[in-house]
Amino acid sequence: MTPTSERASAARAARDPAEVPAGLPRWAYAPAVVGGLFVVVPLIAMGTRVDWSNYGALVTSESARAALALSLQTAAASTLLCLVLGIPMALVLARGRFPGQGLLRSLVLVPLVLPPVVGGVALLSTFGRRGLLGESMEVLGLQIAFSTTAVVLAQSFVALPFLVVSLEGALRTAGERYDVVAASLGASPTTVLRRVTLPLVWPGLLSGTVLAFARALGEFGATITFAGSLQGVTRTLPLEVYLQRETDPDAAVALSLLLVAVAVVVIAATHRRGAGGAVR
Amino acid sequence: MTAALPRRTTRAPAALLVAASAVVALTACSTGTVATSDGEEDTTLTVFAAASLTEAFDEIAADFEADHPDVDVALSLAGSSSLVAQIQQGAPADVVATADRATMDALVADDLVGTPQTFATNTLEIAVPPGNPADVSALTDLTDPDLNVVVCAPEVPCGAATTAVVDRAGLTLQPVSEEQSVTDVLGKVTAGEADAGLVYVTDVARAGDRVEGVAFDESDAAVNTYPVATVDRAGQSPDQADLAQQFVDAVLSDDGQAVLADLGFAAP
Repeated sequence: MTPTSERASAARAARDPAEVPAGLPRWAYAPAVVGGLFVVVPLIAMGTRVDWSNYGALVTSESARAALALSLQTAAASTLLCLVLGIPMALVLARGRFPGQGLLRSLVLVPLVLPPVVGGVALLSTFGRRGLLGESMEVLGLQIAFSTTAVVLAQSFVALPFLVVSLEGALRTAGERYDVVAASLGASPTTVLRRVTLPLVWPGLLSGTVLAFARALGEFGATITFAGSLQGVTRTLPLEVYLQRETDPDAAVALSLLLVAVAVVVIAATHRRGAGGAVR
Repeated sequence: MTAALPRRTTRAPAALLVAASAVVALTACSTGTVATSDGEEDTTLTVFAAASLTEAFDEIAADFEADHPDVDVALSLAGSSSLVAQIQQGAPADVVATADRATMDALVADDLVGTPQTFATNTLEIAVPPGNPADVSALTDLTDPDLNVVVCAPEVPCGAATTAVVDRAGLTLQPVSEEQSVTDVLGKVTAGEADAGLVYVTDVARAGDRVEGVAFDESDAAVNTYPVATVDRAGQSPDQADLAQQFVDAVLSDDGQAVLADLGFAAP
């Protein structure tokens, strides 16, 4: 059985949705088009504001290149950190059974609804010099605030729930039947996870990873509150956009478009590969 | 039950209507357009002021209203460049006070204001956490690479002032962060993350016990001036133009200057 049909049966669908095209109510098109325009028109409007003749110069300035490089590096590092911590978290939340599980799930999702600036304040209270853990770290000679590590922590804090939610949802939809079968045939829990569970939820894991990366790339509030803003160290692309807006609105618009382009490329690339993986 | 329902639903809109008209009446009062007992209408004077002037102008406006019982002063507080943009777009202001000369000059160039007068100045000061843990006593102390020094980015006005004083002193700072605004710098100091930050004297005064200020000689290199001017706007009555001038005079008066001095501003 392929992962697609397995998911369908787990969702207790009568038939495979791919076989019977369900009718789409016509009224759905109008709001869908409005919704699409709502997202796309502002992007196009921003594109019309770009000073195209100087675009190259605006996005290749030293500060812009430093900001782009820093953004890509930190977002990649944050995504990795989210995977390392988020996959086990999703597994524990979806498959584990322990008291307080519901409460824990709610707490994990808090960064989703928290204004990022508040997230930054929370991180400062933890890792700041006078923070909960910061004081002992200071003794060890570790300083996190104002460092690139702080940027990665801020991004991971806001991005982690996206990965956990996506993966946990996929795990619940996939169900445990194949895991049970594999285990009954003698596979160790680690083998089941590696050979059965994760391959089944691969599309969910991939979309969660993309969401986490995109959220990390766009992170602003927690970073400026917790990490500060210094070229090449903590000033990521969103912070650079905000700063340039002050003196050079053309550069700010050009950089914004660059950020959009990076996001679109990443999402498009992973989406295509993800779709291929799911159909396999 | 079924008979009671329609009656309730018809009653609710009526109650809403009463509430709504009460709200309308109240807002009409607060904007001062309702005739007073002697038949004269209250005049509203709209004052646009830079955000850093919030406390000072709240107090000056309250004093002005006490002296002019038939006048309501409506304060609109925002960043200087936003205020200038709003006035250029035709926002109905009678008086404008900005936090620097350059923004006011834009209004002068467009012939939108009378002659600006400088009513206060502000200089930079070193802000340190309470108790001054890093023992900062002069601008040269900030060159210590072991200190976490936070300043404004050169792109924003407070950062330009920082560059001016540091250059005058012949120093090179290696800040751990170049923040977007002076409040962000202050925030890093009050949180104890920064050992020192360069902010305005008035910011230190406003922060109260949460920071200590360390004055330094080189701050003379960047003196920020605050100009105030009357706005020439369409549809302004002679009365309002007169009141606008009186408000400017109040800002420049001894009482107005005392309010500003209390909040850390220096005299022009």
